[in-house]
Amino acid sequence: MTISLDAVYAVSDDVVAREIEGEIIIVPLVAGIGDLEDELFTLNETGRAIWDKLDGRRSLNEIIKELSAEYQAPPGELEADVLGLVSELARRRMLVAV
Amino acid sequence: MSKATPSYVAKVSAARHRLWPGRAPLLGQLDLELTERCNNDCIHCCINLQENDSAAKKWELATDEITAILREAASLGVLSARFTGGEPLLREDFQDLYIFARRLGLKVMLFTNARLITPDLARLFARIPPLEKIEVTVYGMRRESYEAVSRVPGSFDEFRRGVGLLLNKKVPFVVKGAVLPPNWKEMEEFETWAITIPAMDTPPTYAMFFDLRGRRDSTAKNRLIRRLRVTPEDGVILLRRRGRAYLQEMRQFCGKFMGPPGDLLFSCGAGHGACVDAYGMVQPCLLMRHPDMVYDLKKGSLKDALTNFFPRLREETRAANPDYLARCARCFLKGLCEQCPAKSWAEHGALDTPVEYFCRVAHAQARDLGLLRDGERAWEVNGWKERILRYDN
Repeated sequence: MTISLDAVYAVSDDVVAREIEGEIIIVPLVAGIGDLEDELFTLNETGRAIWDKLDGRRSLNEIIKELSAEYQAPPGELEADVLGLVSELARRRMLVAV
Repeated sequence: MSKATPSYVAKVSAARHRLWPGRAPLLGQLDLELTERCNNDCIHCCINLQENDSAAKKWELATDEITAILREAASLGVLSARFTGGEPLLREDFQDLYIFARRLGLKVMLFTNARLITPDLARLFARIPPLEKIEVTVYGMRRESYEAVSRVPGSFDEFRRGVGLLLNKKVPFVVKGAVLPPNWKEMEEFETWAITIPAMDTPPTYAMFFDLRGRRDSTAKNRLIRRLRVTPEDGVILLRRRGRAYLQEMRQFCGKFMGPPGDLLFSCGAGHGACVDAYGMVQPCLLMRHPDMVYDLKKGSLKDALTNFFPRLREETRAANPDYLARCARCFLKGLCEQCPAKSWAEHGALDTPVEYFCRVAHAQARDLGLLRDGERAWEVNGWKERILRYDN
């Protein structure tokens, strides 16, 4: 799956994202999101930091710039994380391009 | 930020301790008894009211009251809501409530007799899966046995049609039974059928040590339920049918949960979740209907029930009955015995009266497991810890 850094992504209507006790829990709403019908998902620390910015308004490039400033990390390193997370979530139908 | 993370998304177990090590959301489990009415009239049921009981229907929570409860429950971190009854599918707003709960990000566990599963509903469950296996109770494998329990002509065909619709749409469900005189000869046939159901990864479970009416509303029905209970000795034989799996489970269970409970009546998990009855009273467990042990949600909140009302109940509700203090409070079979304040209330109208039937069942089970000798009474055994240790090893 090719992800453009100019693209804007938002949480898909096929899932419900909840924050419980500081953890993001992604709950499939429709069939076919998980391999099994009762699976829930959560994000690692890196995924969580990126997820918080996937609001359907900012492009991935903008998100990388913001994260770079916040974490004082090189944009190139962050790009791999952002593309990794977004492609994984998009493949699972948890994110959609808007 | 990390470079070396192989996956950003992890599948999680719904077991709360694994999701939130060392901490947990305030509400771990929500049970919603959507109605006490049922389209069956089962001979052994401790809850059901007639399907057309208009007084009961009038007092049931309205749709917006239930959605408000679901919303608060979600805000308190609950992952799963159990929709039970009565027959929850009798509610005309069932689909709305189901979709509402799922859109809040809740899993839904549905307890049903499957008679009201329609093609539309099966399609809905296929499209928006409950994320928990639906649990269907089966009262017999033939029309005669099923309807001798359900006491509703035509109910067997409707149940089979409902189950067929779930199978057809590949909606995951499991079946469970109730051991009753009309169907007890069909257990093998039931189990042979059950293993053909795709989501059945363990043998079906059975209800057999039946509870009396939780609302204490019918002495005639209670007499009937008492007659339908298996004897303690037959109960042990039925438990033993699961062979080594049963013995292994018992070994683990006894290692963890045996020991005298003392005078604290709530030594179980009651009050850690919330069970909301059809009229908006929160109970500490599904069975407990004592008016002093329930919390009126129309005058408060789930949060208040969980943080103030239930902890106080758990801490302050103590036994005073000398018979209870002499027996149950000192009995190391607590983990095997179904004695609890809710069952004591249903049987005797008091929270701390020993229920002889459950006492006999626990003693029969303990004798069978080698924890008691013939004629021994468990509350008189001094060396119970050694017995448990020997058994555990």
